[in-house]
Order: sequence, then C-alpha cells, then structure tokens
Amino acid sequence: MIPQAFDYHAPGTIPEAIGLLKKYGDAAKIISGGHSLLPMMKFRLATPEHLIDINNIQGLNHIDIRDGEIHIGALVREAEIEHSDILAKYYPIFSDVTKQIADPQVRNRGTVGGNLAHGDAANDHPAVMLALNATIIITGEGGKRAVPIDEFFFGFYQTAIAEDEILTEIQIPLPPARTGSAYHKEERKVGDYATAGVAVKITLNEDGICTAAGIALTNVNATPLRAVRSENALLGKPINDETIALAARYASEDCSPSDDLRGSAEYKKHIVGVLVKRMIQKAKSRI
Amino acid sequence: MIQCKTSKEISGMGHSMKRKEDIRFIQGKGKYIDDIKLDGMLYMDIVRSPHAYAKIKSIDISEAMKVPGVAAVVTGKDLEKYGLHWMPTLMSDTQMVLPTDTVMYQAQEVAAVIATSRYAARDGREAVKVEYEPMKPVMDPFKSLEPGAPILRTDKPDKKDNHIWHWEAGDKKKTDDLFNKAEVVVKQQMYIPRIHVASIETCGCVADYDKVNNHLTMYMTTQAPHAIRTVIALVAGHVGLTEEKIRVVSPDIGGGFGGKVPVYPGYVIAIAVSFLVGKPVKWIEDRSENLQADSFARDYHITAEMAGTKDGKILGTRFKILADHGYTDASANPSKFHTGLFSIATGSYNYDTSFMEADAAYTNKPPGGVAYRCSFRVTEAVHAIERITDRFALEVGKDPAELRMQNFIKKDEFPWKSPTGWTYDSGDYHAGLQKAMDTLDYYKLRVEQAEKRKKGELMGIGISTFTEIVGAGPSKDFDILGIKMFDSAEIRVHPTGKAIARFGTKSQGQGHETTYAQIIAEVLGLPAANIQIEEGDTDTAPYGLGTYASRSTPTAGAAAAVAARKLVDKARKIAAYLLEVSEEDLEWEPGKFWVKGVPEKSKTIQEIVFAAYTNHPQGMEAGFEATHYYDPPNLTFPSGAYICVVDIDKETGAIKVRRFVAIDDCGNIINPMIVQGQVHGGLTQGIAPAMYEELIYDEAGNILNGTFMDYLVPTAVESPNWETGHTVTPSPHHPIGAKGVGESPTVGAPPAIANAIIDALSPYGITHLDIPITPFKVWKALKDKGVIQ
Amino acid sequence: MQISLTINGSKHTLDVEPRLLLVHLIRENLNLTGTHIGCDTTTCGACTILMDGKSVKSCTILAVQADGKSITTIEGVNNADGSINHLQEGFKENHGLHCGFCTPGMIMRATELLANNPDPTEDEIRWGISGNLCRCTGYNNIVKAIKYASAKNRGVEPASTEPQFV
Repeated sequence: MIPQAFDYHAPGTIPEAIGLLKKYGDAAKIISGGHSLLPMMKFRLATPEHLIDINNIQGLNHIDIRDGEIHIGALVREAEIEHSDILAKYYPIFSDVTKQIADPQVRNRGTVGGNLAHGDAANDHPAVMLALNATIIITGEGGKRAVPIDEFFFGFYQTAIAEDEILTEIQIPLPPARTGSAYHKEERKVGDYATAGVAVKITLNEDGICTAAGIALTNVNATPLRAVRSENALLGKPINDETIALAARYASEDCSPSDDLRGSAEYKKHIVGVLVKRMIQKAKSRI
Repeated sequence: MIQCKTSKEISGMGHSMKRKEDIRFIQGKGKYIDDIKLDGMLYMDIVRSPHAYAKIKSIDISEAMKVPGVAAVVTGKDLEKYGLHWMPTLMSDTQMVLPTDTVMYQAQEVAAVIATSRYAARDGREAVKVEYEPMKPVMDPFKSLEPGAPILRTDKPDKKDNHIWHWEAGDKKKTDDLFNKAEVVVKQQMYIPRIHVASIETCGCVADYDKVNNHLTMYMTTQAPHAIRTVIALVAGHVGLTEEKIRVVSPDIGGGFGGKVPVYPGYVIAIAVSFLVGKPVKWIEDRSENLQADSFARDYHITAEMAGTKDGKILGTRFKILADHGYTDASANPSKFHTGLFSIATGSYNYDTSFMEADAAYTNKPPGGVAYRCSFRVTEAVHAIERITDRFALEVGKDPAELRMQNFIKKDEFPWKSPTGWTYDSGDYHAGLQKAMDTLDYYKLRVEQAEKRKKGELMGIGISTFTEIVGAGPSKDFDILGIKMFDSAEIRVHPTGKAIARFGTKSQGQGHETTYAQIIAEVLGLPAANIQIEEGDTDTAPYGLGTYASRSTPTAGAAAAVAARKLVDKARKIAAYLLEVSEEDLEWEPGKFWVKGVPEKSKTIQEIVFAAYTNHPQGMEAGFEATHYYDPPNLTFPSGAYICVVDIDKETGAIKVRRFVAIDDCGNIINPMIVQGQVHGGLTQGIAPAMYEELIYDEAGNILNGTFMDYLVPTAVESPNWETGHTVTPSPHHPIGAKGVGESPTVGAPPAIANAIIDALSPYGITHLDIPITPFKVWKALKDKGVIQ
Repeated sequence: MQISLTINGSKHTLDVEPRLLLVHLIRENLNLTGTHIGCDTTTCGACTILMDGKSVKSCTILAVQADGKSITTIEGVNNADGSINHLQEGFKENHGLHCGFCTPGMIMRATELLANNPDPTEDEIRWGISGNLCRCTGYNNIVKAIKYASAKNRGVEPASTEPQFV
C-alpha cells in the first residue's frame, strides 16, 4: 500500500503553515500524527497534492494550567495525555479514554488535536471534550479564535476549522471541587472503534445534588453527540438509581446509531444506556 | 513427567530443547520472501475487480504504460496466447490466472502491472482503466443450488447448474432406521463461518527465470515446495520448462496455517512474466489482498443430528453439509474424499451407526476451502459432533462431562473401527477428560454456577473432547495430482560426527530445525545441537509433500527415525568390525555399541562414523548416509479434552474467558516446550473463529471486513492465559509413537468456547448460537427470549 | 528531498521521495530487513521500530518525517559486545516465537514498554503489546519472555524457562 505522490511541506511556524494552507486550498492536507490520514492515503482514499506537516511547529505540545483552565497543545500525543500527571489529577477520564484509543505505538504518534480536527464521530476525544465543556482554539490568518466545543462539530467529518485554519489548542475548565469523570467504550477487540462510548463528568454539592453534568456519546450519531436530556435529568437532583436510570434512558433514546458489523442500532442504543449508567456511577465514585 | 532416554547433552525426545532457529529471528536475520532482492528485479502489482460478478468490457492500459517505471501490463488475453490464462486447482477444478472476459468475485485478479519499483507498479495499477458490466452475483449457496439460479461456470460448456459434487459416508439405511425409532433425537443447524488464516506474513514470490540456461528459480511462500515444482512442470512443461529446470525455494515463512499450500494466480503470473522478459519478478501481497483474494477456510453449513436413549447413550449421528466453495473448488485437500476427513465427525464416542452427506456449490466468492490449521475439514467435523453432543446432553438432562464419560470409546477398545471406516489407533479419552476436570475442580465450578444462576448471573462451562485424524497419509487414500502422500528424510553424518539432515516438509514456525534433530539424536545418540536441519530447497532436499495437516511429525518425523535406524544397522556392522566381534555380540544404546558383558570394550557413534570414512570394512560402501521415504500405514488419531469457563456480562453481552484448560494427547512428545507452544498458538486460533473472526459479504458481493481493521485477529488482550497439559498414549504404528499436535487446539477450542457460552445461556432456553459468538449475538439471543428489555 | 537520520547509531543522508514510507526506507534503501510489514492499516505492529526512543509503526510514518531523528531497529538492539540482550534472550529461552515474523516488532515494542515500566504486571504486558499481532504463539510465552527480560534487567532471578504443565 503506497500513497500517491505529493509535495511535502514542513513549516516551522503557524503563520508559515497558514500561508501554505491559503496557497494550496483543498489540494492540501495537514498531517500531525498521521494515523488516520496516512492509512487513507495508502489506500488512495485520500490523495492530497500537498501535505503540510505541522510536527515541527514549536509551542503546540504543552499541558499546563493557566487562568483556571487546563491548556492542551494540539500536538500533544495520546501517550502524553495517557501519562500526564496534571490530567490524572483533575480528570481521570483522560487515562480511561487514552487506554482505549488504538494501541501504544499509535498513541505515541496520534495527537489530541488530530483526533478532534478529523471530525470523526467514531473518535473518542470528541465525546470527552463535550463532557468537559472544552473550548477549541483555532488559529488563522487573523489570529486565534475560541470555539466552544458545542459549536465545533458540524456534520459528517466536518468541523468549525476553515480550510486555512489550524486547531492549535484545547482549553478545559479546571473542575470545581467534588467533580468526577469517566469514559468507557464497548469495542469488539482492543484498539477498535467504539461500538458505543460514553463520557461522563459530574459535579455534586455538599448535599449530593448534581450542580454540573456533562454526558456525551461516541459513534452513535453522525456527529459527536451531547446527551442534553441526560444531563438535565441529573442537574439539580441527587445521583440515585432513579436519576441515573432516567439519564440512561434519555441517552439511549436520543442517539441515532446505525447498523453495522459492530451490531444493530438497537443494540448500540442499549449499550449507550448501560454505559451512561455505569459511567455516572464510576464518575461518582471518583468524587 | 515425560521420561527422557537421552541426556540433556544429547537432547533426544522429551527434552525441552531451546529452538535452534530462534537465534536468527530474534536478531532480525530471518530471510523471508520480501527480504529477497535480486539484480534487475522487477515488481508486480495486481489490478483487482471491484465487482463480485461482471463482464469485462475493456481494459485500457495506455495511461498505465505512461507511468514512469512501468514496463508492462499483463492481461488474461496476453496469457491466453500461451495457454496460461486458466490453471488446474488441486481438486481437479479450474481457476483463472487472469480473466479474459468475466470476473467471478470481488478482488479477483484482473491484470498485472510490472515495473522497476514497488511504487511505480502501484501507480501503474491505479492507472489501468477497466470497464465492467456488473451482473447480479450469487452469494448464497442454498440459492445457488435452487432451480433457475444463474449458472456461474459458463466456461464449462456442459455445466447446467452450480452443483460441484456430492459425497457420502456411512450407512444411510441403517442410520435412517435408527433415527426413525430412537427415543431421543436432537437436531441442530449450524454454520461454520468463512474465515482466513491471516498469517502475519502475506503471500509472495520472486520468480527468477534465466533465459540463457532455461532455468527457473522460484522463491515463494509455500508449505509444499516439491509438489509446487511438479505442478509448475505439469503446467509449463509445454513451453520448455521441465522439472529438472525448475528449482523451488521456500525461505523462512511467516506463518502458513494452510494458506500457503495453494497455487495463487499471482505466483503463476510472476513466473509467466519472468519467463517472457528474462528478469526476476517479485510479487508481494498487501494484507487486504491477502484477506480478500487468497483461499478462505471453512464455510460449511451443517445440519447435525444425534440419536440416543433417554439415559444418555449415544446411538447414532447424521450430518448433512452444504459447502460453499466460491467460484471454483480450490481446496487444498489431498485425500480422495471431497470433504477431506469430515467423516471423523462420529467423534470420540462408542456407537456404530452414522451417515453423512455433503454437496458443494459455486458462488461469487473467492475460491478455496483450505485446511486452515486443520486436517481437511476436521475442524468442521469436531464442531458438529461436539455441539450436537452438548445439545443431546441438554436434552436428556445430563451433565455434559458425565455424558461424555458414559459414551467414550474405552482405552482397551482400540484399535477402534469407526462407523465411517476409520481405524482409530489408540487413545485414553477418560483419562484426558478426568485430568481436565480435576485441574479445574469441575464439580466445584458447577456449584458456583448454580449459585450464580440463582442470582441471575451468567456463567458457563463448556467441554470439547475431540478425536483428531492427522498425518496424511496412507497412499491408498491420499495423493496430490497422483503423487502419494509420503514424506522423506535424508541424513548425512560427516566424518567428525556432525550431521546434516534434509526433509521434504517445510516449517512455517513449527520448529523443525529443532525437533527433527531431536528425533535423530534419540535414535543415533548424536547431540541434537550437532545436527543441522534443512528444508525448502527442491535442489537439495528429498522429495516430500510438505507441511500442513499436522503431518510433519507423523510422516517426515517417522522418516527421520527410520533413516536413523538404517544408520544404526550400518553402525553395528562397523562396530563389529572395529571391535572384532560378531554383530550379535554387540549391545546398543543410543550413542554407543559395546561388547556384551564387556562394557569397557565399546565404540561411540562418533568413532564409528569416523571409521565409516577412514576405516570401513572391506566390501562395505563408505560414508554414513541414509534416506527414507515414509508411507504411513495408517493415520494417527490425537485427542484432547478441553474445558472452558466463561463469565458473561448480562447487560452488554460481553464474554470473558475466565479459564481454559487444554489436555492434549499427541502420543509420545518430542519437545514438550514446542508442543506446548503449538497448543497455545492453536488455542488463540481457536478463540478467533469462536468469538471474533468471520469474512462477511453483503448481497452485492462486497466484502465488508477485508482489512485488519475489521477482520478481528485477537491480540494479547483477547487471548486468555492458556493452561495446558497432556496425557500420553503412543501411536502403536508410528516409529516413535508420536501423533502430531499442531492443529488439535484449533480444532478443539471453538466448540469448547461455544459450548461454554451456550451453557451460560441455556437456563433461558438458548440451545445454540453460531460462531463467532459476539456480545451482540449474546445480547440479541437474550433479548429474543425476553430475558432483557 | 534530502534527509539525514541516525539508524542504529550510524548517520545516513539520503535523497527520498516525500511519499516514501519509513518502513520502505529501512527495508529497501538501507537493507535492514528485520523490520517487517504485515498489514496496511497500522494494526499488526510487525513494522515497529524506535524513533527517538518511542515505539512507532514505521508503515505509518513518512521517511521525510524521520529527518533528524534517531531510529533503532531490531538490528540495533544487541549489546555492545554483539551478544543478545535480555529481551532477545527472553524470547529465545521461553519459546516466545514460532515463525519469527512478528518477533522484531514485538521486541521493539517491549523495549519501550520495559523502559517506561521496568516491572510490568501480566495485564500491563498484554495491554502493552496490544498493537502487535502474533498469529502463532497464543501470546502466553511472549508475556513470559517479557517478564524474563524484566527480571534480568532488574537483576532478579527470572522464573523457570521450562514449560509448566497442569
């Protein structure tokens, strides 16, 4: 399997990269980890004439805390997310999710920015970022703009990133006290895309009442899906069998998976319900 | 404990000698097909059909020829000029090398692009423009045999339907009579899915034709190099390529499992092109080509029936099979039976009535039917008998272990004549199952299961007690294109007492370089470390039929022992001469002759060998060499008792194999470490079709999982920690009492796993699920029974 | 394009097509054929190498992306005196390979696994090699081989290399 010939560009700065994007338009593709794009190129399902490799751009591989938010550079590798002390401290959901993404070698290359920018509802980070209310920083000719995660995913493989822009950073609010998070996907074997996946983040007050909830779903919709009714089922209420069951039922009802080799749509809806229940319990246990 | 007759220094049979071949592999110095590079070598890539069934309207190569580096594009019309566009299959059917007018399955070869580099060849492939007129494919073998179905093999003028063959074994009338009056009859339709060997190395070759000397060297991923040489000579003899002008070399092979027995069109095209251009041509498949176009395995639709008494006595079995062979029967089955050795389906049980029949159909799927780590349809047979036995146990309300114990052929009933005509050589089925049960504390597990069931939890225990049939084979029943299924060994001991031995088989990871040396060491008493083993080069190795169907130890291993014994006979004569006594006055233990009653008067095998070159008796031929071609008198019948314990997540259907105990009996063991390794590997290849793997096609003929993204080869996470052990019941007719083991685990594991899962679900009235049993299937079964909402 | 990289300690400068896959550079341009190719979807791990110490699948990296990097392949892991290292020894002593095709990738992956986690549990090893397919061994003895190397690396006596039977 061999890609079609292309011109290779390895800009050292963001403006340089944006210049190349402007110049080549839809004949160009950005490559970061390359583990979604290169296989498609080897099958010649993607045949860019220009490949713009952003791996040499400095300043995109940080995980740090500024202004009450965790900042994650777009080029941070999945393996770095998996083993980040900062993320482990505030959001154990990240070690849940990364352990289930592909395999260790792929995680050494794959980037969190690429996972989101690909706009694939089968990828795992989109649901996590929805649950965590992340903000996506997109950089273009005119500088940076911040896009709330709910406005980021448009349609099938489509995102808010314009043709001449680059996803450069993800910002996630630091969790208030008494916050827990968890992610799991059912998969046919390790490294597979999700049959269905569920990300949950909840915050409880001293009385055990849910004051914030983020619940989002992987691979059961054309776009990554926030389970709004499920979140509302928890907000302002205690986390108990009744509220959990309601949240699970709503998520199951509100997603729209399709039949494929992983199972029927009905099965996936059922799995969503089971996982919403389990992930709420797991998130709660982590508070 | 396995008893060893030789010291560790000699490392004959029974020693877990570390493998001699490993030292190159762990340093990246193995030499596989794609590692071969020859001067001026060209690369071949293959244009494949996107349609399952279509007329080829035109092939336009003009753009491809403009791609820099592309030297030629070969089509079926080009091969037709040389009569090479069709080739025979090993089953006396015919297969296209390249089509001239019609493609019969998705991913079929359509044209070959030859270029100076791999990259240019791929660019050329993309530039070939083929115009197709798609037709509606026939994907279901049942529909294929219905009246009025479109006739697929229009190349065969007399063919009026899609039926390939019919086969029967056993006594129909006796069986029908039994089933008509039996107290209990159970019946189960089951499907053994179409799967793929998926060795991690794909197939490939380098064809190197030397025009000046009219000589072809064919480097290729083949498990049977000698047979391939003969096949090439038969196919290409008419263009002057006769057998003495052909050398087939099988280098290190990255896994075979039966998938590297057939002759694929790519090999033939590479030879044809090398022959025409006089340069070496390399062809290496991609993984997706390998999965989509190379021979599949299984794809058997089976109706299994068992008749018996209310108290659990098995009285008879009946099987009806429909085999889907794709567009041509390209099985690699050297027996005279269309269904290979399916007739072993009567199993490990003592009863005398059985009938089985099979029909095969053409469809628009890839051809094949290879014996994937299986002695020609034994996996299908064992799944059928072991599943229907569990169905019967459930029906009569007996514990499946106890029911098996009740019905086993007893140790002293061997040799045992099966209802379909096989003579089982030896076995101790009760001991094997008892050992497996003891290892797990079987009855304690049943107590735990009962408690879990009260709580609504799903836990299952599954058993498979199988009889294998391996070591093809006796010449009365087995041949490839008329060549009998013997195998060979040639031992040459050098003056200093070190040896080289060559074989007609070909290891693909089984460890022949070690185990054959151990067999010779066992007989001669030379250290195995000093015995070099070679296979795979037809110019040097003696003729043999290759490695598959667990036949290497039963045939070539036997040949090694017999050849070594011939050398002991010669050594006796030399020792008598050196010690100045008569041969009858000598005692032998491996490595040494001594004079009876005078142990200090002795000659070591090394001294004797040296004398064979330096001081041999007058009139005796000098040197120390022997060759043997072994034609087995019978097959060998290894057996196993496997027990699997599963826990199932009732909400998601997820299945966790908690424990899996495999007790194998492969007769005398040559190298316990290697036997255990074979069992481990085969078990993972057993869990694969039981829970993960199946090649799936849609009605339009598209393969839905033709890459490793969706064809789910288990990783170290899916594969449980296997627990293995053995009982030892030697084969009475094999020179070293060995039986062969490579396939037993692949054959025995799927029904153990399936039976465990169904055992877990049986309280809810679920009595069967087809493999692979996925979480989705479990969930659906539970839902259909109203167990979950 | 001209690129410079270090492979197994020696520097190479080569002129390559941008689309050349790193695995082909290693196998074809540099004739280091111990790194294998087993699939086309970044699944099997037979092509695993170390790039700046990280295990990566060289079939899914362009050669030009390795410019300036340090690559280690199976041919570069022996001890300085040429003897085999603990992982190689572990695979040999514990029957951790059959056909040997996946072995170089397994060893390269296990090299990084042990570098990050010197004393992994069985579960950590199994997840740690989940990007490497082996069709022959059933993985039991690969796990054992990696445990052996872990023990040897830490100066601890490894478990018996004799096969254990029930």
